[in-house]
Amino acid sequence: MDETSLAIQVHGLQKSYGKLRVLKGVDFDVARGSIFALLGSNGAGKTTIVRILSTLLKPDDGTARVDGFDVLSQPARVRESISLTGQFAAVDEILTGRENLVMIAELRHVKGTGAVADELLERFGLAEAGGRRVSTYSGGMRRRLDIAMSLIGSPRIIFLDEPTNGLDPEGRIDVWQVVQGLADGGTTVLLTTQYLDEAEKLADRIAILHDGTIIVSGTLEELRKLVPPAKVEYVERQPTLEEIFLAIVGRDKKEQR
Amino acid sequence: MNTQFFSDTTVMTRRSLRHISRSMDTIITVTIMPIAMMLLFVYVLGGAIQAGTDNYVNYLLPGILLIAIASGISYTAYRLFIDLQSGIFERFHSMPIARSSVLWGHVLTSLVSNAISVVVIILVGLVMGFRSSAGVPAWLAVAGILGVFTLALTWIAVIAGLSATSTDGAGAFSYPLIFLPFVSSAFVPTASMPGPVRAFAENQPVTSIVNTIRALFAQQPVGGEIWLALAWCVGILVIAYAFAMRAYRRKIA
Ligand SMILES: Nc1ncnc2c1ncn2[C@@H]1O[C@H](COP(=O)(O)OP(=O)(O)OP(=O)(O)O)[C@@H](O)[C@H]1O
Ligand SMILES: [Mg+2]
Repeated sequence: MDETSLAIQVHGLQKSYGKLRVLKGVDFDVARGSIFALLGSNGAGKTTIVRILSTLLKPDDGTARVDGFDVLSQPARVRESISLTGQFAAVDEILTGRENLVMIAELRHVKGTGAVADELLERFGLAEAGGRRVSTYSGGMRRRLDIAMSLIGSPRIIFLDEPTNGLDPEGRIDVWQVVQGLADGGTTVLLTTQYLDEAEKLADRIAILHDGTIIVSGTLEELRKLVPPAKVEYVERQPTLEEIFLAIVGRDKKEQR
Repeated sequence: MNTQFFSDTTVMTRRSLRHISRSMDTIITVTIMPIAMMLLFVYVLGGAIQAGTDNYVNYLLPGILLIAIASGISYTAYRLFIDLQSGIFERFHSMPIARSSVLWGHVLTSLVSNAISVVVIILVGLVMGFRSSAGVPAWLAVAGILGVFTLALTWIAVIAGLSATSTDGAGAFSYPLIFLPFVSSAFVPTASMPGPVRAFAENQPVTSIVNTIRALFAQQPVGGEIWLALAWCVGILVIAYAFAMRAYRRKIA
């Protein structure tokens, strides 16, 4: 794949917090317009990678290019291409939902800020709550507003750190549709998740982050081939991503011993 | 400094001013304490205090204003800390905006909210008998000194807000600042104080600022005191700003 068709290129990325080595050399590429899922257990370093890619954290070593720009030497250019929905909803509690959206639209110099806000409120089922302070919102409403704020200005690349964390099944399906819609429209999406079925449903490519490196990555089909499906069961079936995940992580753990 | 910075700072300031207008209790809290202190000193202790003046409210008001500002800036630290906790600070920093506008929004809001409390306290002072023959230039000079003083303390508040680890910690730094006027010429003349205390009182910033504002209100010559007061304010401002920037860079490293 040539350089220009890649939205994100990560090579040999390393990051430690004090003595704790979180990333020990992470490599992956994300094609433009695709959905890429980063999978890993708690504390694997998913958020750390997202923060490095969105220029909030500097890597210790390795390179990361986003939309062709280096996160260390061209952070301002990177920020023009991206939008971040962090792991925890980053909204202004004291403002109303609508005011939050208008504020982001103003900062992104979007035309017709009010119309943009109303359209997003409608699309995310927040039209009625739009005039209320966010402090009165439920966790799910807050998350939906958070994601809506990230779509303003149509960034080319969107990072979603556990976007469906804390949403009910319906809310999750809504977010999946939004993500699918973004990718269909040509936006590149990098999402992290702990829900394996989420990666299975949405992602074009999946990478499993474990013990500081990407231990496997590929399409769901490719990942399936890594695990022998011929288990003796009453019904022959494809292994789920969960089984693949546990098999690989388990195998890896054994190798370490 | 470019148009991007100004337009982003405008958005940030408007946001922060909305916070203030929706929590008027913070301004009330900030004004109530100094007003109560003014009532206490004038009507309870005033009779026993020998300030060598027939109008003790006139004598007291400048120090009360400084106390109000010193307690008012703790809300700037608090709001900044909440922004960091809630993740909205990181959201702004991942956006294509002038990053420093996030801090400047809070700083300008601090100027506005402290100006409101100062005006309210002066109005209460007028009811209690504060009188001044000062003309427009003297009032402008007072406003200027209070503005630079607020700016200097606000940048100290920014340091606190950026480096605090709890909401209580974010506000606690202001206690010594509120206490400082008590060991100055704000309530009683320094001449009545014992040696070492007097030496401290006469050489700390509050005394020169209070004396300057008092002289401006009374239409008396301010002499070199005004330059000393300004030097203190600007000196604190520059140092606090430098440390705030250091704390900021550490935060976003
Ligand atoms: N600022 C920090 N200081 C010290 N350690 C940190 C810091 N941030 C993260 N860590 C540690 O780094 C490791 C990776 O954290 P990270 O948040 O990237 O994991 P994650 O994969 O996003 O986990 P989760 O699924 O729980 O969100 C964890 O062990 C965490 O404790
Ligand atoms: Mg995380």
